[in-house]
Amino acid sequence: MPHIVAENLVKTFHIAQRRPGIWGAFRGLVHRRHRTVRALDGVSFSVEPGELIGYIGPNGAGKSTTVKVLSGILVPDGGSCRVLGYVPWRQRIETVRRIGVVFGQRTQLWWDLPVVESFELLRDIYRVPAGEHRQSLDELIELLDLGPLLDVPVRQLSLGQRMRCDLAASLLHAPELLFLDEPTIGLDAVSKLAVRDFIRRLNRERGVTVILTTHDMDDIEELCSRVMVIAEGRILSDGPLESLRAQVTRERWLIVDLVDPDEEVTDPDAEIIRRDGERVCLRFDPSRTRPAELIARVTANHAIRDLFVQDPPIEQIIARLYEERQS
Amino acid sequence: MIAYWAILSARFRALLQYRAAAAAGFGTQLFWGLIRVMIFGAFYQSSNAVQPMSYQDVVSYVWLGQAMILLVLFRPDVEVQEMIRSGTVAYEMLRPLDVYLVWFTRAVAMRTAPVLLRAVPMFIVAGLLLGLKAPASPQAACLWALSTAMAVLLSAAIGTLMTVSMLWTIAGDGIGRLVPAATFILSGMIVPLPLFPDWAQPVLNFLPFRGLADVPFRLYTGHIAPAEGVAALAHQLAWTVALIALGRWLLVRGMRRLVVQGG
Amino acid sequence: MLDSICVYCRYVSISIRSQMQYKASFVMMTVGHLLTTAIEFLALWALFARFGSLRGWTLAEVALFYGMINVAFAVAEAVARGFDTFPAMVKSGEFDRLLLRPRSTVLQVAARELQLMRVGRLVQGLVVLLWAAAALDVTWTMQKVVLAVATVLAGTCLFYGLFVLQATVAFWTIESLEIMNTVTYGGVETAQYPLVIYRPWFRRFFTFVVPLACVNYFPVLAILDRPDPLGAPIALQWIAPAGGFVFLFLCLQGWKIGVRHYRSTGS
Repeated sequence: MPHIVAENLVKTFHIAQRRPGIWGAFRGLVHRRHRTVRALDGVSFSVEPGELIGYIGPNGAGKSTTVKVLSGILVPDGGSCRVLGYVPWRQRIETVRRIGVVFGQRTQLWWDLPVVESFELLRDIYRVPAGEHRQSLDELIELLDLGPLLDVPVRQLSLGQRMRCDLAASLLHAPELLFLDEPTIGLDAVSKLAVRDFIRRLNRERGVTVILTTHDMDDIEELCSRVMVIAEGRILSDGPLESLRAQVTRERWLIVDLVDPDEEVTDPDAEIIRRDGERVCLRFDPSRTRPAELIARVTANHAIRDLFVQDPPIEQIIARLYEERQS
Repeated sequence: MIAYWAILSARFRALLQYRAAAAAGFGTQLFWGLIRVMIFGAFYQSSNAVQPMSYQDVVSYVWLGQAMILLVLFRPDVEVQEMIRSGTVAYEMLRPLDVYLVWFTRAVAMRTAPVLLRAVPMFIVAGLLLGLKAPASPQAACLWALSTAMAVLLSAAIGTLMTVSMLWTIAGDGIGRLVPAATFILSGMIVPLPLFPDWAQPVLNFLPFRGLADVPFRLYTGHIAPAEGVAALAHQLAWTVALIALGRWLLVRGMRRLVVQGG
Repeated sequence: MLDSICVYCRYVSISIRSQMQYKASFVMMTVGHLLTTAIEFLALWALFARFGSLRGWTLAEVALFYGMINVAFAVAEAVARGFDTFPAMVKSGEFDRLLLRPRSTVLQVAARELQLMRVGRLVQGLVVLLWAAAALDVTWTMQKVVLAVATVLAGTCLFYGLFVLQATVAFWTIESLEIMNTVTYGGVETAQYPLVIYRPWFRRFFTFVVPLACVNYFPVLAILDRPDPLGAPIALQWIAPAGGFVFLFLCLQGWKIGVRHYRSTGS
């Protein structure tokens, strides 16, 4: 049975518009004008147990709204969905008992309490039997290296430490499905690696289904076999990362560092997309032009200090995808 | 001198901005005043004896109280409180300004803009609809105005004294909680002072708190005749001066103590 | 049900521990609160000393009103504190987190804090209540004691309901409505005296809209064996406390509507 089945989810927000000035404030009391935002415009997808899915899109695309609907916080205006067999907004308590949610920017732990007390309070809230709790906690402490943090009040933790504790907190009740909303935001490099490593093990060794919302493309590259792209409330793409790349027009980038920053660069098969002084970014279609040929030509015609070939960053791909859908 | 004036006007402008909060409290105050007026009315109906104050005077007294209530509600100067807590209050001593005068000026500012914002609408509503009478006579009005100005200074002096007491953390905390309650009742804000038992009158007349509300209100209603007005004003003045002197003296000791403790 | 109580107790013990951390400050706050609330009775006493009676009511009788309403309110203030500070939770988005836990939102909000300082008002109210009970010329039968206890409980429920109502508004306006303070604190002020002394529209408001009369005026009349000057039958006086419980129930339904609204409009 799939863990999530979402069909045509629609959610519209009505944002009251404030009028400027005092006169506007008075009129605003009598007649409210609203701006309508379609946060979700027919979102459909399904998730099988054990998947690790990246959920990406520009700000305001609908990622958080999707998570809120799937976790039962928000009631959609249309469409249907089932999470672990339940309708989340109708069976909130049953759903919430079996999922975990971590928000990167807001902790679920109690600010003034030592970490371990938050864990104990959560054990009671989720009704986890003492033995199970002990076992889960010990494993999580080991996996996330939480030992030295247990007696520290949450407000004294660094961002990386807090995220590790939040991850543990979300897993105390052994959920089958985990939503992670920007878990690596603001973390230092070491913490990011630790968090990614943990998520990978969680998914591979324990089969926890993970939906990972992120802006960090390295997270996607490192962890996700499947990526969903959402923009303006619609799913633009849903599938393996490679096919996402392939979906957009084939293109690769050649980045070249010139010796002479003022030198002009031209090539019949490549297009300059960006230029920062000595660094030139060229775009070409690898199906028509072999990279080796292009490199040979460019180095023959120009004095080069350094060069490399790369896939365009995912943001570019998304932007392209979006443009293509528009037209 | 210009520096102090600058502080005063800056605070005045800042406090004028808290308009939203003002509106909410206004409704609550109307309610309060109405309850008190009804309660006093019921008491006055219960006895035929001649009372120290007429019911009409009591009604005016109650609404004057609601209008000027912010003179009697002591809230600690939060910025200074923060400075003391964090220790940066020591920097105050480095500035070429008299610390007491700075704090006093702030206290005066805190008692002008908000009071005006509350008093004007209250006067209008209570005067037109709720039984607040006009001043008893032109002399009464003058004396009332003078007395209210004195009340502002007196209130600021008490408030600054409370702020100074915060330099002693535990004592300051205690004083911050006990003084407002005592002040509130002893100034006449709950029951007009003349209605308290006769044996209590000498004490109430001696204490400074009547200068915050009872004196100006009774000058307004003519309950304190203009002839006795000067004596009443002198009482306010004497206490203001005394409390300022006490405040300055304690401030010096408090700062010294802070420096000695290191922090 | 039982383990909801356990969760509640755990939350409350955390709240109490954090308040007791600064003992001196806590004692000061409580004593300060006691004095601040006690001056109301001081005023009441002074007025009785001056006027002798209040439209036929004696000091001891009015003190009974005073004591009961203060005890009820003090308990409500202490226990409903979580709702009092609720609007900040909506603003910060913290409420979402409550929806992600498999527990009722009412339990989670209610359990957040138990404000011990309110014991100050409780103590002075209790002292006045006990003095009045002793000083009154009333035979305290078992029924009357039960009625008195039920009245205080009903009063607590009524004020609790008002705090819930005040918090519920935050789902729509995000800011709290200051005006509600008028009804809670104003209500306490009002009920310290027998309702009959107020103007008719006032009485009607506090009988039918916010049923303060049910949790103070009517039952105390029954205890004092006084017929109601306004003509309410004695039977009504005895069952009146039910009004407090019904009011709380209605306010909790209002809360549910508020949560539903929050979940459809988002934040």
